[in-house]
Amino acid sequence: MAEQQVHMRLWRGDAKGGEFRDYRIGVGEGMVVLDVIHAIQAQQANDLAVRWNCKAGKCGSCSAEVNGKPRLMCMTRMNTFKPGETITISPMRAFPIIRDLVTDVSYNFRKAEEIPAFKPKPKEADGTRRMFQEDIDRVQEFHKCIECFLCQNVCHVIRDHDDNKPAFAGPRFFVRLASLEMHPLDSNDRMELIQQKAGLGYCNITKCCTEVCPEHIHITDNAIIPLKERLVDEFYDPVRRLFRVFAGK
Amino acid sequence: MAEEKYETHEYDVIVIGAGGAGLRAAVEASAQGVKTALVCKSLLGKAHTVMAEGGIAAAMGNVYPEDNWKVHFRDTMRGGKLLSNWRMAQIHAQESPDRVLELEEWGALFDRPKDGLILQRDFGGHRYARLAHVGDRTGLEMIRTLQQHAVHKGIDVYMECNLQRLLTDAGKISGAFGYWRESGKFILFKCKAVVLATGGGGKAWKVTSNSWEYTGDGVTMAADVGADLMDMEFMQFHPTGMVWPPSVRGILVTEGVRGDGGTLKNTKGERFMFNYIPEFFKVETAETEKEADAWYEDKKNRRTPDLLPRDEVARAINSEVKAGRGTEHGGVFLDIASRRSADYIQRRLPSMYHQFKELADVDITKEAMEVGPTCHYAMGGVRVDADTTAATVPGLFAAGEVAAGLHGANRLGGNSLSDLLVFGRRAGLYAAEYCKALKGALAVNTDQVNAFAREMLAPFESKGSENPYTIHADLQECMQDLVGIIRVESELKKALEIIQQLKQRTRNVKIEGNRQYNPGWHLALDLHSLLGFSEAATLAAIERKESRGGHTRDDYPNTDAKFAKVNVVVRKKNGEFALSQEPLPEMPDELKALLEEKK
Ligand SMILES: Cc1cc2nc3c(=O)[nH]c(=O)nc-3n(C[C@H](O)[C@H](O)[C@H](O)COP(=O)(O)OP(=O)(O)OC[C@H]3O[C@@H](n4cnc5c(N)ncnc54)[C@H](O)[C@@H]3O)c2cc1C
Ligand code: SF4
Ligand code: SF4
Ligand code: FES
Repeated sequence: MAEQQVHMRLWRGDAKGGEFRDYRIGVGEGMVVLDVIHAIQAQQANDLAVRWNCKAGKCGSCSAEVNGKPRLMCMTRMNTFKPGETITISPMRAFPIIRDLVTDVSYNFRKAEEIPAFKPKPKEADGTRRMFQEDIDRVQEFHKCIECFLCQNVCHVIRDHDDNKPAFAGPRFFVRLASLEMHPLDSNDRMELIQQKAGLGYCNITKCCTEVCPEHIHITDNAIIPLKERLVDEFYDPVRRLFRVFAGK
Repeated sequence: MAEEKYETHEYDVIVIGAGGAGLRAAVEASAQGVKTALVCKSLLGKAHTVMAEGGIAAAMGNVYPEDNWKVHFRDTMRGGKLLSNWRMAQIHAQESPDRVLELEEWGALFDRPKDGLILQRDFGGHRYARLAHVGDRTGLEMIRTLQQHAVHKGIDVYMECNLQRLLTDAGKISGAFGYWRESGKFILFKCKAVVLATGGGGKAWKVTSNSWEYTGDGVTMAADVGADLMDMEFMQFHPTGMVWPPSVRGILVTEGVRGDGGTLKNTKGERFMFNYIPEFFKVETAETEKEADAWYEDKKNRRTPDLLPRDEVARAINSEVKAGRGTEHGGVFLDIASRRSADYIQRRLPSMYHQFKELADVDITKEAMEVGPTCHYAMGGVRVDADTTAATVPGLFAAGEVAAGLHGANRLGGNSLSDLLVFGRRAGLYAAEYCKALKGALAVNTDQVNAFAREMLAPFESKGSENPYTIHADLQECMQDLVGIIRVESELKKALEIIQQLKQRTRNVKIEGNRQYNPGWHLALDLHSLLGFSEAATLAAIERKESRGGHTRDDYPNTDAKFAKVNVVVRKKNGEFALSQEPLPEMPDELKALLEEKK
């Protein structure tokens, strides 16, 4: 494939405001959107702000909206666009803008701090910890999360409702909570947090989060719905409730 | 520039770097009761450690009960071509099983075999299956576990905060200075001790598996305050990086592919590694394809040459390509498709499957991958004390890739993640102890800080017109071509000249825009450390007139007994690098005996 010219529209600006600007640049074989951004940065706009680290879909740094679709720029091939198509890149909309394609994702780090840590059960009699692959498959699926925050970005509960953020942890953290709740060794109880502070009730299972997850984690089916079911068992099932009282949990 | 008020913070220990080493160090320092800050230049959880694929080496003996620290020690020393610091290799082999089990106590979930203990996988240079892993995303599991554990430990985290210079008072560490990437504003830390955990400098090469962070900051900051650097000539070129399409060149293909059954082939379909078995590894390496394949079934057999240490395999690929038996894109084939079922491949190597499918349109369950060497890991770095990780400047500690010693002339796969945990913990521990024992007050020299601030702002006021990206690209070209896998004196000297020219050009860098999240400015500042790292690596490469491990000299193709006894040390004197050769520490007889045992 010979080098082709493409037309890119990039959002440039900061918290005070900004605009889309047009760039034309050559694209070589196999390039991804992030390569094109880097080429523009090196040749035409040295100060173009963008986050990245691994360039292989492993670190979750390069999230943005490509033609309005939330994506990892390093995993979006240029040959997936129609020839001549203008490619528009904008920052994630759910988070405040710092500059250009870089947003303030500190909301997520605050939510992470609110989740009580893993607390292991006692070891087995021989001092080891035995677990079986079948029992950890599901949790390992959740551990694949690269914290790209694309699911947070698309969730309608917070995408256009900043005011919901204090009361809603978001799909990424439902995944995290589910991974702790289903961890065979964990002994902490987070059910109340899930119901109240994390705001699981706000989620009405639209599945938008699952659709954008680059790690293909079944966020709704495997994390959110089972958590919702546990909540029902925990808080509305009288036998379980009684058990909670006696167990002191 | 008007006197700027710097945002200032005071701590006992500042840990610079939040990869595996930095996180583990901060957890430990904080557990020792000293006030600790953790500083990193990306967001938390995005450090290089997150990209590690294959696993953590630890002689737990879960798969092979014959395995123990002595075998791991021996493998590490031999992999490092006997140049590793014996004491570090010993501590590392002894402590890594505990460090892995500790991760499990903090919530990590490693892959499991039938008996429910931690599964261990085969990797190059390790006698037994030894790597605890999670598919091919072990680093992600490790960094997330540490990160989630650390956020509840009262450690202050400074993200996207880039530290550029260390401060000293009468020769002792007294602080660090840098800037916030978001605002471009300066930030000053006053502290008693600094733990460097900044990783390596592989971004000075063009074909590399390393990210933008790997600009050699820790090495340069340490050298700037007079700390010794060691083994800088040893860069690891990983044998298997992607080669096609051009935009993905250098991205890593985990050694786990070979550990799980993949083999290297040239365009004639030959498993060429059988032609490259060095004398040093003859007794333990299979000689025929049949014998090699038998090893996959039972590790009592001799191992396949596909899993010789990385330096051997990288050189072999290089030779095959030079001899015209490479692919049209300058690589060789790595074939697992014809050897393992699609199901097995997808289960064991999910992220490799994904990576090739999405980035190269290659289905690795059906076709061979195209691979070639990529710059991967710095064995050299800050010279440290084996037990305490103390650098040669009081108050300075270093752990992880930024430190030298454990890996000698060549690192074995999997030995980095364990290194981070073992020496990260020790760095935190001994930095805390140092703080507690420190008497007297430390001062920060404001004139010096103001001078640093002026230097850092110079690119905005420059009259020149150099583009920092162009200088970086020129440096990468230079290091790739002249200080690559195969080296020769005349080219190394040429590289030194180019580095000097690039330093001159760096003074004329001009930055557009303002200080707010400005990558052009950030890169302009990183050029200082990129060039420092490159210069030290090139000088050391000239000094070592032999071939050993990650350092191959065309003009001195053999190992030389003289050089088997020394480390090359680089340190700054009056602003210039000076070299010396220093004897290896004497190894106790009982450890020597371990090395001599056959097999
Ligand atoms: C693709 C890939 C796969 C790998 N696979 C394996 C494997 O399977 N097994 C294995 O053992 N090893 C593997 N390695 C090697 C291993 O991952 C790294 O050597 C290791 O993670 C380095 O860890 P670290 O803690 O020393 O540094 P890093 O994890 O790189 O962290 C460096 C930290 O320092 C910070 N930093 C740097 N400079 C500054 C500055 N100036 N100011 C502030 N902060 C700064 C960065 O922000 C970052 O937080 C792999 C490496 C790569 C690239
Ligand atoms: S399924 Fe729930 S969490 Fe996911 S996007 Fe929809 S509302 Fe948000
Ligand atoms: S769950 Fe998926 S989409 Fe959400 S942060 Fe993790 S990897 Fe990204
Ligand atoms: S750069 Fe790491 S996911 Fe894109």
